[in-house]
Amino acid sequence: MWPPQCPAALGAVARGIYTRRSTPADAGDGAAQVAEYFQDYITVAVFAAFGAVLVAVAVGAASLLRPSNPTATKSQTYECGIDPVGGGWSQTHVRYYIFALLFLVFDVEAVFIFPWAVQLETLGVFALVEMMVFVVILLAGLVYAIRKGVLEWES
Amino acid sequence: MNVLFDNFWALLGIKLLLIVLVVMTTALVVIYAELKLGAHFQHRIGPYFAGGRWGWAQPLADALKFLQKEDIIPAAADRVVFKAAPMVSLMAYFAVVVIIPFSPRLVVQDLDVGIFYALAAGSLGTLGVLMAGWSSANKYSLMGGLRAAAQLIAYELPLVLAVVGVVIQAGTMSMVGIVEAQAEPAFHLGSVGIPLPFVLQGQLIGFIIFMIAMLAELSRTPFDLPMAESELVMGYLTEYSGLRFTMFFLAEYAGIFVMSALVSTLFLGGYFLPGLPSNVFGPVILMGKTSVIIFLIIWFRWTWPRVREDQLQGFAWRWLVPLALANLAVTATLKVVF
Repeated sequence: MWPPQCPAALGAVARGIYTRRSTPADAGDGAAQVAEYFQDYITVAVFAAFGAVLVAVAVGAASLLRPSNPTATKSQTYECGIDPVGGGWSQTHVRYYIFALLFLVFDVEAVFIFPWAVQLETLGVFALVEMMVFVVILLAGLVYAIRKGVLEWES
Repeated sequence: MNVLFDNFWALLGIKLLLIVLVVMTTALVVIYAELKLGAHFQHRIGPYFAGGRWGWAQPLADALKFLQKEDIIPAAADRVVFKAAPMVSLMAYFAVVVIIPFSPRLVVQDLDVGIFYALAAGSLGTLGVLMAGWSSANKYSLMGGLRAAAQLIAYELPLVLAVVGVVIQAGTMSMVGIVEAQAEPAFHLGSVGIPLPFVLQGQLIGFIIFMIAMLAELSRTPFDLPMAESELVMGYLTEYSGLRFTMFFLAEYAGIFVMSALVSTLFLGGYFLPGLPSNVFGPVILMGKTSVIIFLIIWFRWTWPRVREDQLQGFAWRWLVPLALANLAVTATLKVVF
């Protein structure tokens, strides 16, 4: 039974994997399209979740094999072998927050710019000029920040 | 069998299994390549005994060793976040691999917003690093985590803007669409149409910017400040041990594979090579191009020194962001004019 059927089974595997489930043309009614839309994102969610599950399973499996013998010294915070001084959550420089603010402006731009890039050919010169104005305004912000000394690390 | 493939969940399971095999195998191969290539770059031999020949089983032996190591969580650490951090790191790259096309049809899910989604999901990896740095309650870790976040923030922009050039030229964000756009003839010699990858169609600067920004996103030399060994012990990984450490390690190398596959698809034509049917040879072609990029990344690591934090930030904001915007403006103008 099994060996003669093997090529056929492999063929079916290949067909199933190599055939995209459906194209927009044959997605008939609205309900099917909605289902299709959610299937796309279920796939994404399942793959992302698998990353987390993989870690959980691996760590769980290791817990059966590894020794577990925590002591007070062992679970001390590592600081080059001497007793830790002060807390671990120490103060950090404010410049990291300023970088984040600077980034936020441009990141919003990135969200706008992708749909624009896809439709650029149909929208034409008007859209091009429009986006140039937008980008120049943002660049002015960047120049201001640099002139203000955000990137200077000497204090 | 066909019933199995008409069932969404069964098909999803098969896709998941295949992708996990591909990603895990590639990650192990990249780890081995790094050990062996790094050794030869330094006139050493590298792993030699594991597996009997050329030390090919070294990554497996390492994994087995890590599996038996005690899992230490520092008393001061934020336990929940500490445990969740490696999950978030690995999750990001599994989420991105969904949209990478290995052939016109061999793709887990060809999303319409493909590359946009990939950029968004890919940056989650750095969130894992920040979580690890913060939750360890260790000064070195915190410093490493913050550096990673600042680095992501600075280099995310050039990365995204370099991709916009490709999207303008392809007129779509779907990864398959982007490869198909590169498979169309760019110009005609007599009656023969010559297809060109985007890197040769005016996106050379975009390609270079993407490569630099990618190195920074992956925290690879010369941008490996988040775990600069000479200053921060092991950066955000200082408090991690055993299998949790291994998972970060795995995520790092899975990330190298995924980002290299993205570069190959966006700029180097992905699964397409003129003269070869991409339906059959697609996966091989893509893997070939990806291997070249991975080799470059490993080569950089063993060649270049590390930059300083202020140099890193200055380079991104002063040079890469304006350059990427200029590249974008030129590409858009050319697209509208011609």
